[in-house]
Amino acid sequence: MTDDIHSTSQTNMIGKLALRWGLYILLCLFALYYLMPLFVMVTTSLKSLDEIRTGSLVALPRDVTFAAWGTAWSSACTGIQCEGLRPYFWNSVLLAVPAVLISTLIGAINGYVIAKWRFKGANLIFSLMLFGCFIPFQVVLLPMARMLGLMGMAGSITGLIFVHVVYGIGFTTLFFRNYYVTIPTELVKAAKVDGAGFFRILWEIFLPLSLPIIVVTIIWQFTQIWNDFLFGVSFSQAGTQPVTVALNNIVNSTTGVKEYNVDMASAIIAALPTLVVYVVAGKYFIRGLTAGSVKG
Amino acid sequence: MSEWLERHIPKMVLAPSFAAILIFVYGFIGWTAWVSLTKSKLLPKYDIVGLFQYDRLFASPRWDTAIDNLFIFGFLFIVISMILGLLLAIMLDQKIRTEGALRTIFLYPMALSLIVTGTAWKWILNPGLGLEATVKGWGFESFTFDWLVNPDMAIYTVVIAGVWQASGFVMALFLAGLRSVDQEIIKAAQVDGIPTWRIYSAIIIPSMAPIFLSAFIVLAHLAIKSFDLVIALTGGGPGYATDLPATFMYTMAFSRGNIGQAASSAMVMMAVVFAIVVPYLYSELRAKNDG
Repeated sequence: MTDDIHSTSQTNMIGKLALRWGLYILLCLFALYYLMPLFVMVTTSLKSLDEIRTGSLVALPRDVTFAAWGTAWSSACTGIQCEGLRPYFWNSVLLAVPAVLISTLIGAINGYVIAKWRFKGANLIFSLMLFGCFIPFQVVLLPMARMLGLMGMAGSITGLIFVHVVYGIGFTTLFFRNYYVTIPTELVKAAKVDGAGFFRILWEIFLPLSLPIIVVTIIWQFTQIWNDFLFGVSFSQAGTQPVTVALNNIVNSTTGVKEYNVDMASAIIAALPTLVVYVVAGKYFIRGLTAGSVKG
Repeated sequence: MSEWLERHIPKMVLAPSFAAILIFVYGFIGWTAWVSLTKSKLLPKYDIVGLFQYDRLFASPRWDTAIDNLFIFGFLFIVISMILGLLLAIMLDQKIRTEGALRTIFLYPMALSLIVTGTAWKWILNPGLGLEATVKGWGFESFTFDWLVNPDMAIYTVVIAGVWQASGFVMALFLAGLRSVDQEIIKAAQVDGIPTWRIYSAIIIPSMAPIFLSAFIVLAHLAIKSFDLVIALTGGGPGYATDLPATFMYTMAFSRGNIGQAASSAMVMMAVVFAIVVPYLYSELRAKNDG
């Protein structure tokens, strides 16, 4: 009788251990699956073309060379021009930094109004803004192209900044609104009694509490704008294209030999800023991703 | 005067954004809708002729392919991402020691541009030097994996890359959901000796219904908007075998110079998004106002 119990608990233990091991192995396999493309990109970018043609996709490079990285950065062809990704990388920086800051600032003020200074119709305005986040941008591409032309911003980085700000404020407003509704309204009432006005309450009470949501919003907007392709390809011209458009042009340019190592180095360069942000501030990135979709 | 100002500042502060949304979202939708009812070609015309563009659109074999692809891609992308995401979330929920690191690995594709994802998978899936050549090199001479250049299969490569990119995000959503389930109920069930898989299938997963809905909305939205991934991975090809409504619209607008077809296809995309998102947003906003 006691033996029986003993042996069942032992098989139970073994079963549990096996299950545990199976779980870890399965998780490792999935991790390999997610890492494989990054691994292949990095190793391919470090190989010579000869080695790529003769060797295996998953093999480590025999002779590590950074030549492809140099080409990708400063001399790969994006069409007729062969200046590499560098000028386009800076275009993306020039585009993303102001667009992120402006849309975040506007979102903060909007969110503050909608959360704490409710007036008749504020809810309707918020609903309309929220819905604006979900439209497929194809539906505004044609009129926006004409509007940018009318405003003299066609094909310019300023025009792209404008577009990203306009279609970003829905999300930034949502982020700040959802954050500010959790701050007690009594705080606002007390401050009003003390004679503080709209801007002083924002400046002295809300902004100091806002650091986490500012970080979340900046990361979200930066990732969106840096990775954007649709607006970039629709509203830019030679010379003002963002890095994603240039990358696509390098990969799909038909002149000369196909240089896979240069393609991969270019892809990593284009991905690097958002990857670094993700690694450094992943917590905030995830919060941004889930903010709009989990009921809070 | 200053009191009046104080009272109206909130409205004045919100007004520019509201005006921008009204013009650049709703006004522009109106413009596109209007133009979709005209005979616009290279330049917009404003005389309404009825549903001419929509008749042409639905008679076009290329649009047919784009819609079929949207259903194939959308269905597989959503279902596989959900299953994979849920599986990963449940596995990570078993008090895994390296959870943080694994979560980071599963989710990093979401930080990448779809152009980068498309470029990477295009290289991996290319038959000449990629996965196919590698497996052949291991001695499996008859192994073929030419989906990328096979018109019947190319759309599935978009699914592969899309799932790789988005499933980690679904995992993050589900993991947050699993963690928010009342731990007392789970403990009570464990005390009663209910097996773990039953606890998941009968208690935890049903209580996560709202998260399934959220994940579905986000994924469906991603699927309909999918543009970059197709451009980078297949360029819509071979031929137009992997065209999606988004790439169809872009081709009509910017390479074919056919504004009428571009506008009408954009309106159909809009209608699909409307049908999915509006009921969801409506119920969300109502729940918030009631609560």
